[in-house]
Amino acid sequence: MRTADLVMAIAMAFLSIALMWKSAELPIGWIPEEGPGGGAFPFWLSTGMLVCSIWIILRWIRRTSPPSRSSEPYMDKGSLVLFLIGAGALTAMVGSIHIIGVYGAIPLFLIFYMRVIGNHSWLMTTCLAVITPVVTFFFFEIALKITLPKGLTEPLFYPLYDMFL
Amino acid sequence: MDILALLADGFWVALQPQNLLLVVLGVTVGLFIGAMPGLGSVNGVAILLPMTFLVPPTGAIIFLGAIYYGAMYGGAISSIMLGIPGASTAVATTFDGRPMALQGNADRALVTAAIASFIGGTISVLLFTFFAPPLANVALAFSSPEEFSLMLLAFATFIGLGGDDIPKTLFSICIGLVMSSVGLDLISGQPRMIFFGLPGFFHGIHFLVLAIGIYGIGEILWTVESSKGGMKLSQATLTLRRIIQGIKTTKETFKATVMGSFLGYFVGILPAAGATPGSLMAYGVAKSLSKNPETFGKGNPNGVAAPEAANNAASTGSMLPMLTLGIPGSPTTAILLGGMVIWGLEPGPMLFVEHKSFVWGLIASLYVANLFALLINVAFIPAFVWVLKLPFTILAPIIFILCIVGGYAPTQDMHDVWLMLIFGVVAYLMRKLDYPMAPAVLAIVLGPLAETSLRQSLLISDGSFSVFFDRPIACVFMIIAIALFALPVLNLIKKRLMHKTHG
Repeated sequence: MRTADLVMAIAMAFLSIALMWKSAELPIGWIPEEGPGGGAFPFWLSTGMLVCSIWIILRWIRRTSPPSRSSEPYMDKGSLVLFLIGAGALTAMVGSIHIIGVYGAIPLFLIFYMRVIGNHSWLMTTCLAVITPVVTFFFFEIALKITLPKGLTEPLFYPLYDMFL
Repeated sequence: MDILALLADGFWVALQPQNLLLVVLGVTVGLFIGAMPGLGSVNGVAILLPMTFLVPPTGAIIFLGAIYYGAMYGGAISSIMLGIPGASTAVATTFDGRPMALQGNADRALVTAAIASFIGGTISVLLFTFFAPPLANVALAFSSPEEFSLMLLAFATFIGLGGDDIPKTLFSICIGLVMSSVGLDLISGQPRMIFFGLPGFFHGIHFLVLAIGIYGIGEILWTVESSKGGMKLSQATLTLRRIIQGIKTTKETFKATVMGSFLGYFVGILPAAGATPGSLMAYGVAKSLSKNPETFGKGNPNGVAAPEAANNAASTGSMLPMLTLGIPGSPTTAILLGGMVIWGLEPGPMLFVEHKSFVWGLIASLYVANLFALLINVAFIPAFVWVLKLPFTILAPIIFILCIVGGYAPTQDMHDVWLMLIFGVVAYLMRKLDYPMAPAVLAIVLGPLAETSLRQSLLISDGSFSVFFDRPIACVFMIIAIALFALPVLNLIKKRLMHKTHG
């Protein structure tokens, strides 16, 4: 936990510097007749972030904040595995939306999550993997008229468009 | 009398068949979300906001308001049955609710919680009805210096009263405001903070992307981790006779309930405080006022009634500054406020002038939601208990999918979905290190207004910060804000001095 606190604070300090540099692309000073420049607001707030990060690091050195005193692990092995599987599966799902579309990615994600993490029966898994995309389609595409990305599967939806839209 | 006429109009809106249906649906969904361990009103409202594009704005906010209410009722269910708070707002309910359940009085605890929530909700909506119009009238006179100082005051409450690590709270506020500035400069129209030249940044970072990231993805990752151990569900046998018995015994808890309602309402108004501290304070006060405080923590029904009344009252309280001043009183109302912007309504006092039927429809719907929440809660307790048995490995992936699709809906850009995923993962990692997340959500919602009002104020005064102190109302806000910022420092000095005199 102690190391993680420091690593996060340092990472955030670097992020603050990057944001300061980025916001300085627009004028950050006073422009006569116009008031503060467009970059001033984000610039000074990023400076605020940097000051806070340094403050957090100082507190870490002096061991005055609870995480900087904690000797517990930031994540034990079980949590780390759960986190990696969860975040990894989500990343894979969002990535695959670009290729096979939402209606390909949703069932795959559900099957993976329910079978591998949840150990649910195939019957349960299949039911949800079929129902969820159907409900999503009717709610978003038909009711809300929001077209979700379909990637390669786009041609499969032409008959459905003809039917419902 | 004016108010009563407006309220009557509001009821006419709220009782329209579609709106009534939305209230019932919202309350039911809210109760389910509240009952799920770990998920509360803020998660429900963030994840389901994109779904409300289906109905007109008044219907949408009525639905979300009903979810807010329902979730406050529902939080008690898992606190009592599992001993795990359904949401942070129901933490105090576990103290006596769980012991009651273990003694075989789960049904009584549930009925007490539902009735206390109802009384808390009713008292707070009454207070709201009569407080809101005069406050909105005062706020109509505000111009940019007052607006900015008021927002500073809202952020200052997080420092002075939030109780989280101070540099981390400040960091959270700053990063939220910086994120709100991505996109086009509001005044000059120039693009700014366009990272790596990605076109997705031109439309800015939508507040829902951050809100769903934090309260959807981040929260579920958190819950998956914290619920990996087994849970023990209490038994509750509910018959009509036992419910009536339960209702009869609420007389004993009436005093604590009323106290909790008033306390919760006023604590709820403060942006940083809200339902969680409100309910904890109500528990503390109920205990100290009790004739036998030693029975608290061992299954005293007053320990269930006070916090439950307080958290419902606080949810109404937090709507007061949102509707009248445009400053949300809680993370949930911050998301509602952002939603109002999507629906094309400008939050703040002008709502009471320009969109009367919207405001009063919402207020009236709170009365209706409160009644339905009580009825549905008591009638379907077994169904909500069943929810607790639902394995999280089914709920989690479905909520993840709702987040991803819901995050895509407002801007229809995959860029935002990726951003949301990154925010969710980073928020989860930061939350483990005690970085508070609510200030960042409030900041991204208020950011554009804060920046505009700051720049306009400085333009009026030609760059001098004295503009915030020359005007009486702004000056009062500034002084309170500075005092709140200074509060933790003063506490620290006091502690050091005490330490010295003792050591």
